[in-house]
Amino acid sequence: MDKNLSFQKKDDVSIVLCGRAGQGIQTVEHLLTRIFKLAGYNVFATKEFMSRIRGGMNSTEIRVSSGPVRASVGRIDILIALNKGAIQHVKTRICPGTIILAEKETIGEDFDRTKYKLVDVPFTKAASEIGNKIYSNVVAAGTVAGLFRIDLQIVSNFVKQYFSTKSEDVVKNNLASAKTGYELVENLQDFPAIEFNIDKAVDTEQQILLSGAEAVALGAIAGGCNFISAYPMSPSTAVLVFLAKHAKEFSIIAEQAEDEIAAINMAIGAWYAGARAMVTTSGGGFALMTEGLSLAGMLESPIVIHLAQRPGPATGLPTRTEQADLELALYAGHGEFPRIIFAPGALEDTFHLTQKAFNLADKYQIPVFILTDQYLVDSYYNIPGFDLSGIRVEKYIVKTSKGYERYILTENGISPRGIPGFGTGLVAVDSDEHNQAGHITEDLDLRTKMVDKRLSKLELLKGEIIPPEFVGPDDYKNLIVCWGSTYSIVDEAVKSLDRDDVAFLHFKQIYPLPNETTGYLQKAHKIMIVENNATSQFAKLIKLHTGIGIENKILKYNGLSFYVEELTERLNTLLN
Amino acid sequence: MDTQIFDMGDIDIAWCSGCGNFPILEILKEALADLEIEPTNLVLVSGIGQAAKIPHYFKTNVFNGLHGRALPAATAIKAANPTLTVIAQSGDGDMYGEGGNHFIHTIRRNPNITNIVHNNMVYGLTKGQASPTSQIGFKTPVQINGVFLEPFNPIAVAIALDASFVARAFAGDVEQTKNVVKKAVTHKGYALVDIFQPCVSFNKLNTYQWFKEHTYYLKDHDFLDRHQAFEKATQSDRLALGVFYTSSEKATFEENIGIYQENDKSLYEREPDIEKLRNLIEKFKIML
Repeated sequence: MDKNLSFQKKDDVSIVLCGRAGQGIQTVEHLLTRIFKLAGYNVFATKEFMSRIRGGMNSTEIRVSSGPVRASVGRIDILIALNKGAIQHVKTRICPGTIILAEKETIGEDFDRTKYKLVDVPFTKAASEIGNKIYSNVVAAGTVAGLFRIDLQIVSNFVKQYFSTKSEDVVKNNLASAKTGYELVENLQDFPAIEFNIDKAVDTEQQILLSGAEAVALGAIAGGCNFISAYPMSPSTAVLVFLAKHAKEFSIIAEQAEDEIAAINMAIGAWYAGARAMVTTSGGGFALMTEGLSLAGMLESPIVIHLAQRPGPATGLPTRTEQADLELALYAGHGEFPRIIFAPGALEDTFHLTQKAFNLADKYQIPVFILTDQYLVDSYYNIPGFDLSGIRVEKYIVKTSKGYERYILTENGISPRGIPGFGTGLVAVDSDEHNQAGHITEDLDLRTKMVDKRLSKLELLKGEIIPPEFVGPDDYKNLIVCWGSTYSIVDEAVKSLDRDDVAFLHFKQIYPLPNETTGYLQKAHKIMIVENNATSQFAKLIKLHTGIGIENKILKYNGLSFYVEELTERLNTLLN
Repeated sequence: MDTQIFDMGDIDIAWCSGCGNFPILEILKEALADLEIEPTNLVLVSGIGQAAKIPHYFKTNVFNGLHGRALPAATAIKAANPTLTVIAQSGDGDMYGEGGNHFIHTIRRNPNITNIVHNNMVYGLTKGQASPTSQIGFKTPVQINGVFLEPFNPIAVAIALDASFVARAFAGDVEQTKNVVKKAVTHKGYALVDIFQPCVSFNKLNTYQWFKEHTYYLKDHDFLDRHQAFEKATQSDRLALGVFYTSSEKATFEENIGIYQENDKSLYEREPDIEKLRNLIEKFKIML
């Protein structure tokens, strides 16, 4: 092997850690991403994993770059293979420049030096010498830090803080492991000198590093969320976990319900009594919630639904990603009633749209969806922060007086929403068709009026639509349409196309569909759509509302998100 | 307080003449009037079925939700505003069939609410099919050879789950039932009152007369003794009425959720703390 190696891009390195569940990959990922950021690098991380507690094969990708980095790439520059089968697991992503750091003994027959550029690093041996082979993951983290010549003090400080709640011995051994790993880079004779040149950004240390799930949860707090009821389901659970952790601090009731049916009925009950409630779930759980969604439609109850998609049907691939529940969110719930569906891509949008969801749900008394997916909720990167200056928790509850009627017919369809115990009026809500006072009725003329009242809000919602984000030259000829989590992947792919006739249009609100859609599409000579599903659900929605069909579809539905290079290549094929 | 405060005036009631729901409606009004509970501070939560229509005949705050889902909604209403008196009321099909899972877990959660179940051992609104509490041998248009499923025993299940308050009553005895309902409403914690109620249209087996002959009131019963309560609950020849069991001082759901210990304001009275949020976001610069 050459003694001097360089990667495909000198200022943008992709590191992949691969091993079994339970080997502490998450710890390495956690340590390294924080350490890189503290050392002044931009960092992005995403993971793919199997639905099991132990064993299987999982991998985490960490990208380290001079500029902001927000998307997943296929290529691997440095692979840390922690056990047998690891290389095999990611073999399609290994390229000629990939350097594999692995321990000969643990990798076993995979260790084929003629095929791969391998460096035998004694992770386990070093860990055992320190006291226990379980430290091998931290040794590996130290080795990567050493490769990047990160100030050892930064590494030690963070490792010390990270394990600070553990016993003195554990802290000591982890510190020793990180240091040993770090020094292996210098001490090992056949360690290649790797040439890369990632400029340190000025201020990443002062930036925040967070995941999509955390952006949803923080956005919920910013939206005044004080009630979350949910049933654990990958990949949506992290939002419940985060809000439960901070429940006391922010006066939040965080309850794990017995099932998703209970969860959504609790959330609707909570809104009825004056809370600002949300549920978090994935497709299968949301399927159970659909009657509750319809209840929200009938009661004109606000509700915020975080729907983190994963591949279906049924149990599907529990820990993987897909964008195949757009139509589920759109058409779920029997009967006709309005709703809003947001599909954020960037972390900033994820935060702000979740925040806004609570205000809109309250203002229009309707369900508002935050449609994310496993890729979005489990990926994270550094961003400057969130602008909180414009954050307003808008409350639309009214104090009732005697004779108050919950469903009084008004000109715009919105009846002032009272809650029980606030004022001298009584608040009645009913899942049956009801009169203005909220009591059961079979007056069929009134039925028509009530349907019209509920649906008239759709017209009002048109004034609130978040326009799609257009990126590219105004005189574009080719337009790429995308929505939700693919935002940053498309952004990077389009940049790497380096063409002056290509633009992309990202929808962060997919329903009601923004009015600008038709104009953008009509201007393009060629339209392409990128979706993480098999039937191009968003293209169907666009066709329905604009009459414009999109023939050029770039779809992926194997359970993984797009890689930047893969998308670039598929776009190139369509463009040429 | 006069029961008139809860009267809806001239309304069209959907129950059959002679229905056991009528006395339960009156019992509830009297019990709540005796307890001086203001309509503005009361929420009646129900599901779907004939019994579940009761909130529409009652002048108070009403949450008439989905079939089987009264308990999750009632739990959340009480949690969001603990100053409200919350009563979840529906029939046996709604609470024990469609809502069976919520019945179990609401008992475990122990919100300070009252759960009144009109138990007529039949589905009325859907016209006479078996309910979870239908007796073995009960013939219906669906169970044409008679019910062969073991009847659901809500009292025994509730005691097994160490429910906070477990009682059974009979709609044919207004005074005693009112007494039990008052105890349930004033009890701190989840309180179940299963009320036997004849269905005059679809249950020709479990009539007023049948209930009179097959029930008796618990006497010299120690309602703190869970084993004794369970023994009484599993008796099948004659069915006991009265308070079977109350568990020793249990913390309620509202007490356990931890946001009311230092601040008794209901959720709608609280404002989010954006400064605190700013500080939390700051921590993501390091985020151990």
